[in-house]
Amino acid sequence: MVTTTSKRDVVDAMKLLTVHLRIKRYNPEVDTRPHWQDFEIQAKAADTVLNALHTIKWTIDGSLSFRRSCAHGVCGSDAMVINGENKLSCVNLISDVGTDLVIEPIRGLPVIKDLIVDMEPFFAQYRSVIPYLIADDDPGYKERYQSQDERARYDDTTKCILCACCTTSCPVYWANGEYVGPAAIINAHRFIFDSRDHAAERRLDILNQKSGVWRCRTSFNCTEACPRGIKVTQAIEEVKRAILYDRI
Amino acid sequence: MIVGAGGAGLRAAIEVSGKCRTAVLTKLYPTRSHTGAAQGGMCAALANVEEDYWEWHAFDTVKGSDYLGDQPAIDVMCQEAIDAVIDLEHFGLAFSRTPEGKIDQRRFGGHTRNHGEAPVRRSCYAADRTGHMILQTLYQQCVARDVNFFNEFQVFDVLFEGEGAEKRCAGVVAYELSTGDLHVFASKGVLFATGGYGKMFRISSNAHTLTGDGPGVLFQNGLPMEDLEFYQFHPTGIYGLGILLTEGARGEGGILRNGLGERFMERVAPTVKDLAPRDMVSRAIHAEIKEGRGAGPDKDYVYLDLTHLPPEQIDAKLPDITGFVRTYLGIEPKTDPIPIQPTAHYAMGGIPTNINGEVVIDTNNTVMPGLYAAGECACVSVHGANRLGTNSLLDIVVFGRRGGRAMAEYVNVVNHPNITKSAANKVRDHIERVKASGGGEKVAELRTTLQETMTRNASVVRTEESLREAKATIDDLRKRYQSISIDDKGSIFNSDLTEALELSHLLDLANGLVMGAIARQESRGAHWRDDFPTRNDVKWMKHTFAYQDEDGNVTLKYKAVVGGKYQPMERKY
Repeated sequence: MVTTTSKRDVVDAMKLLTVHLRIKRYNPEVDTRPHWQDFEIQAKAADTVLNALHTIKWTIDGSLSFRRSCAHGVCGSDAMVINGENKLSCVNLISDVGTDLVIEPIRGLPVIKDLIVDMEPFFAQYRSVIPYLIADDDPGYKERYQSQDERARYDDTTKCILCACCTTSCPVYWANGEYVGPAAIINAHRFIFDSRDHAAERRLDILNQKSGVWRCRTSFNCTEACPRGIKVTQAIEEVKRAILYDRI
Repeated sequence: MIVGAGGAGLRAAIEVSGKCRTAVLTKLYPTRSHTGAAQGGMCAALANVEEDYWEWHAFDTVKGSDYLGDQPAIDVMCQEAIDAVIDLEHFGLAFSRTPEGKIDQRRFGGHTRNHGEAPVRRSCYAADRTGHMILQTLYQQCVARDVNFFNEFQVFDVLFEGEGAEKRCAGVVAYELSTGDLHVFASKGVLFATGGYGKMFRISSNAHTLTGDGPGVLFQNGLPMEDLEFYQFHPTGIYGLGILLTEGARGEGGILRNGLGERFMERVAPTVKDLAPRDMVSRAIHAEIKEGRGAGPDKDYVYLDLTHLPPEQIDAKLPDITGFVRTYLGIEPKTDPIPIQPTAHYAMGGIPTNINGEVVIDTNNTVMPGLYAAGECACVSVHGANRLGTNSLLDIVVFGRRGGRAMAEYVNVVNHPNITKSAANKVRDHIERVKASGGGEKVAELRTTLQETMTRNASVVRTEESLREAKATIDDLRKRYQSISIDDKGSIFNSDLTEALELSHLLDLANGLVMGAIARQESRGAHWRDDFPTRNDVKWMKHTFAYQDEDGNVTLKYKAVVGGKYQPMERKY
């Protein structure tokens, strides 16, 4: 058995670094428009960006506002723009993103306060694609069978945590909020390609409308932004092909 | 009215929707709930891959609970487990499948065939993201049923009307995070499903938001909390961070090794080895470290070794947790062992309920009409002194459903309560006091001090001395809490304020936990007293009921464990 503690040098990971954070602030009770505020803190290389934000909130300025919960990338609360890219603050270490950080709220959704945006439009678009299983058969009181291949067909899109990193990285979405966006499409994909589901056509009809998949210009921003590693653009393409060729 | 939108709250919402007007209040968005972080699976004796019976599951749960679980409740859970899994499959849950297409099952700690003979494949799972799948699936079903959600509404008080035997639950007071408005929700039925309170510990697998709001609010209103001293420490948290690495990793064949490379669980549990229940594994890790066989520069952790597993198996069955290890430790689990230590994980104790989710308010099982609880915030008690892995996901769907069903029946036969706007005054005063205070004590500093003392003095191994030290620190923190002040005086998304209110719940529940632990002079399940290292069935086969008075003082009462066909015996694995 190998007994090295870590490939990453433990001493380096624990060393305190000076981190500069430039954060876009907006408090509607005081400000007429957003403004930048600079902070300087000490953080370890192995700390996350969320740790750094907490250091500010808990020791410098308690009014700094952002959402967070699980702190390890499964709840999807803390999507933000970090040095120009959509990321979850809790899965990006200082050693990954550097010591000069520019942090802004995700784009395309109305900012409420600091890094907190209004998520309702995003969830409304999610709800619009019938994101739940519809099965016409009655399996009785026993499980339905599904082969491992059938299960694998939609595995990738079950990983979605609805963080909005993909949708709010999409230039089409920034320009046109009517577009349902990548997150809604992959949640439709998850059911369209589930062998147990019988409502694929209804979802494809929805996604064949002006607000649907044809808005996608295949920029791959969504795939790059996804913290779960979902092949978002590929899933969107699969939905497009299902509409065009009637193939599921 | 359902408070909390994790697995238990959403399962209850599915059950009540269509039967009565329903609202789900959550301080998050439903899909942010910590059910989504559960990894390994949900046990049910489906017998899809090998012989199994719900009675075996019940036996394991009783034994795992160190005989503090109530056997009739455990029977209900293990019997209904099978229906609960089939329900989830019908709801569309993407279970991992066997080659024949059946729901696949894998091994998990403490789950055995035929009363302890060998590990059994009982855990139904979806890779290592079963909780994520359950949370998403239940939320999807709520969308399908058009359930009415109040997202980012945080409940800070519960309301009652009437006196004595006429007293009943009448609603809640909620704080709307996006506006700072206080809302009085008059309701015939309220079901709390707010999850755990693991943020009272420094090393914890819990989300920042797990601050015991439901139990805290009820405790502060004079209702009892059951078995608070029984708090589970999961053996395999990522070293230094506490992030959970599923027991499924050992179910797939992972091995624990000390700093010398020894498989120490062979000594502790010769039959099931690394798949012993969590309390035993956590204590074994503690012992290895204490006796100088830990790993690392400070010899303060041990290893979870997956390096002998086929890489394809790791990718297929454990993709998420190996990703966490790469992200946070920079280690490749396929080639290097993972540094781990026990992490605060799960509250076996909480709001006492019966098997229908009805909250009971005394040791005679008197029900408070209209008040329900389910999930981690509740104590049925099916987990007793130590919960078996996977039984929490089972608990939330079984008792979420039962609680929802009971509440829907009740609200359709009673009148609407009379509640006025002034019901919010108590919370309003608390908020105004915190906002106006110039006392100078900082919430984060108090919380960190609480977390430090709880992890040091009230975790895997406890003594009278360590618990007294924790108690003294908590007493001091509760005094200092009276002088907290916050920076943010605004109304919109004032998390400076909500963190302050949440801290009051953590302090009260930590105090109840420590008081119960000091009093319980025995070792049972997760509650291990080095100064009383044996189980004492004559004196302590009973549940603790802690009550907090208006001055914050705790008194303890006790209720006998409800037995069944399994008689207490020594716990060997």
